[in-house]
Amino acid sequence: MLLQMAPVIEVEGLVKRYGSLVAVDGVSFSVLPQEIFGILGPNGAGKTTTVECLQGLRRADGGRMSVLGLDPQHDARTLRARIGSQLQESALPDRIKVWEALDLFSSLSPHPLPWEQLLNDWGLVDKRNAKFGDLSGGLQQRLFVALALANGPEVVFLDEMTTGLDPAARRVAWDLIGRIRDGGATVVLVTHFMDEAEALCDRLAIIDHHKVVATGTPQQLIVDHGGGVTVCFSTGHTDLQWLTSVPNVTSVEHHGDQVSVHGEGPVLAMVAAALVEHGIAPPDLRVERATLEQVFLHLTDNGEAP
Amino acid sequence: MRTLAKLSTVELKLLTRDPLTLLFSLALPLVSLLVLGGVFGNQPSPEVWQGIGPMSFYVPAYVGLVIAALAIISLPTALAGDRERGVLKRFHASGVAVSAVVGAQVVVTLVMAVVSSVLLVALAALVYDFEWPQSIVGVIGAFVLSGLALAALGVLLGAVLPTARSAQAFGVMAWFVLFILGGAGPPYEVMTSVMQRVADFTPLRHVVLILHEPWLGVSAGWSWAIVVAMLVVGSALGLRLFRWE
Repeated sequence: MLLQMAPVIEVEGLVKRYGSLVAVDGVSFSVLPQEIFGILGPNGAGKTTTVECLQGLRRADGGRMSVLGLDPQHDARTLRARIGSQLQESALPDRIKVWEALDLFSSLSPHPLPWEQLLNDWGLVDKRNAKFGDLSGGLQQRLFVALALANGPEVVFLDEMTTGLDPAARRVAWDLIGRIRDGGATVVLVTHFMDEAEALCDRLAIIDHHKVVATGTPQQLIVDHGGGVTVCFSTGHTDLQWLTSVPNVTSVEHHGDQVSVHGEGPVLAMVAAALVEHGIAPPDLRVERATLEQVFLHLTDNGEAP
Repeated sequence: MRTLAKLSTVELKLLTRDPLTLLFSLALPLVSLLVLGGVFGNQPSPEVWQGIGPMSFYVPAYVGLVIAALAIISLPTALAGDRERGVLKRFHASGVAVSAVVGAQVVVTLVMAVVSSVLLVALAALVYDFEWPQSIVGVIGAFVLSGLALAALGVLLGAVLPTARSAQAFGVMAWFVLFILGGAGPPYEVMTSVMQRVADFTPLRHVVLILHEPWLGVSAGWSWAIVVAMLVVGSALGLRLFRWE
C-alpha cells in the first residue's frame, strides 16, 4: 500500500563539499508519505549536512533532490512554509519567552497550528512565561520541536531531537512523534540512538563515511546484515557434534550445559526438528537475533559505540 | 510585513529586558551632553560653530550621536550575536526573510533613537537655552533619513563582523571616532586641516549637517546627497553580504 505512493522526498547522488572536504558523497534515498524515516550514522558521517541540504539551508554541489515536489535549492521559501525543522545547532534570543517564541514562529505560516496545544503536547505549559535562556537543555530541545510543528508542516525534520532529554522525556517524545505521523505528516529523524531508531522508524538509511551503506526497515536490516541467527538452549547432553550437520547450521558452541547454534535462514525450525528427533526437548529453546546496534557497528565498521 | 511587525515587537520587548544595553544607549549621550554643555555654555563665538551658540549647535549634533550609537554599536552587535548563536539560522530554517530580520533591527534602531532623542532634547531644555527647530517637519525628515542611513551602515557592519564581541569592539571604536571628529566633539573650525579632511569622511559629520539645516537654518550643501548615498550603498552591500550563519 505504502509502496504505491509517490515519495515525499527523493534524493539522488547528493554531493556536498566544504572546500576539499567531502561531507556528503553521493547519498540517495527516498521517503514515503507518513513514514518515519531515520537517518542513522556516526558523528561526522554527513547526516546533518544531508538534511540541511534537503531544507534548502545549504547548496548542494551535485545530485538531485525533491521535497514535496519542490526543489530545495530554488523553491526554498515556498518549501520552508510547508516543512518543520528542528536544527541541531541553533538558538533563540536568551530573553525571549516560551510563548513569544511559539507565537512568533506560528505567525510565520499561513496555516498556523494553535500554539497553546503545542505547549500542552510538549509539557511546556508551566514554562509558558519562562525565558529561553533560563530553560534546561531538555526543555529548550522540547521547545525547538514544538516550534518545528508550529506551522503545521507536511514534513518535519528532527535532527538529534532527543539529545539532552532524560529517558522519561525521550519516551514522551517518541510517543509524540508517532502522533505527528498519525496527524498526516512525514517525519525525517536524524539520530545516533539505536533504540530510538528501532522503536520509531519505519525505514532507515545508515550513513557512514558520507555514503549510504544500507537502507531498509529495522527488521530487514537485522536480517540482511545481522550476521545470521543464533539458536540457544540448555541440555545435559554433551555429545552434540551431530548438530553441525543439520541443514542451515554453520557452527555450534558448547559452554557447560549452554548451547549456541549459529546458522542462516530457518535454522530454528531445523534445529528444533533435529533435537526432537534425537529425543531432546529443551524447555528454553530460543532465538537470539542481532540488535540494530550490532548491525550498525558491523556496517559502519567503526568498532565503537556511536 | 506581518512578520516584520511581529519580529520588531519581539525585538523591542527583548531590549526592554536588557537594562544594561538600554542604559548605555540612552544615558551615554545624555552624560556627554552635560559634560560638553558644562564646558562651553551657550555663548556664541564668531570663530566656531558658524557663529551659532554652542548648545544650539550641540543639541542637534547629539541627536545625530544618539542615532549613531544605536546604529553603529547596538545594531551590529545584535545582528552578529544572533548569527553567532544560531538565532539567525533558526529564523532562516523557519522561512523568515532577510528583509524581516534586517528590517526589525532597523525598526528597533529608529524607535530607540526617537525615545533617546526626546529624552535628550527634554533634558537639554531643562538645563540650557538653545534654539528650537526652525522647521519641525524638516528635522523629522532629516532624522528619519539619518536613522535609515546610519542603520544601513550598521547592517553592513553586522553582516561583515563575525561575532558580537568583534561587532561591539569595532562599533564602540568607530563611534568614538565619529564622536570626536564627526561634529559632536570639538568644533570643526579648530581642527587641523588633516583632521578636517578625515572629518569630511565621517558619516556623522554629514548627518549632523543635515540635522542642522532645518534646525538652525544653515545650509548642509552636499551632505544630503552624501547621506542618501550612505543609505543606498550601505543597504545594498549589507544585504548582499548578509549571512545566516
